[in-house]
Amino acid sequence: MIGTIDAPAPAGTRLPNPMPGVDLETSGQTAVKELVIVNWSGDLDRIWPVLILSSTAAASGVKTTVFVTFWGLLAFVRDGVRITGENWMQRMLAAMNRPGIDHLKLGKMNFLGMGPWMMGRLARQYRVASPRELLEAAQAMGVEFIPCQMTMDLLGLKRSDLIDGMGDPAGAATAIELMTEANASLFI
Amino acid sequence: MTIQITKQIDARGLTCPMPILKAAKAMKELASGEIVEVIATDPGSVKDFAAWSRTTGHALIESSTDGAEFRFVLRKS
Repeated sequence: MIGTIDAPAPAGTRLPNPMPGVDLETSGQTAVKELVIVNWSGDLDRIWPVLILSSTAAASGVKTTVFVTFWGLLAFVRDGVRITGENWMQRMLAAMNRPGIDHLKLGKMNFLGMGPWMMGRLARQYRVASPRELLEAAQAMGVEFIPCQMTMDLLGLKRSDLIDGMGDPAGAATAIELMTEANASLFI
Repeated sequence: MTIQITKQIDARGLTCPMPILKAAKAMKELASGEIVEVIATDPGSVKDFAAWSRTTGHALIESSTDGAEFRFVLRKS
């Protein structure tokens, strides 16, 4: 036999919990809501709301997936990684955009790093959680971050260059399926 | 009847979304029917805890303020 087609689950069969960590029996919900965010930008002032919304969604019992593509993926590079890439262009792109969650630039008023420095000081003064804290919270709450395979190829990133806990790399068709199945999807 | 509070959370001084994230983390450790109390100073948390209660199904049994601090009492669904 070459293969089998799974028979539909008989009535009353328990399907696997789509959101590990959330007890569906006690969550009081009939159906799990889903949120998908496509994280395209690597700007501090866009990554920040991506992490605020995704962590809060997961904390609200919403199954949350973030598809990380283009400049967004640089924020998910592991600390201290030097992107060696396969050629000088990938190395130069990495040099012009220092990767990692602590090295994000502002989309406006960057002023050679003065803007993000002031934003970081203000955040500490007013006790706003940093992108790093929010990323840790989001992962602890069960947010799934999926890296875009094509972006990894383009920027010369290996899986080992990315932070722990990222999902398997995928492409546009996966993003489209996620977005069309979700209750809400955002492109940030 | 007095309410038996199982867990108290001090979210004073914290801004969005930390009071909610702290409450969600605490809820994970509680059993259904147990009660969590959150004290916060973020004025936005008044609407946020009401919305979070509706999204999660955890009952918001008290939302009050003395002017400077906000008190939320929630029962795990």
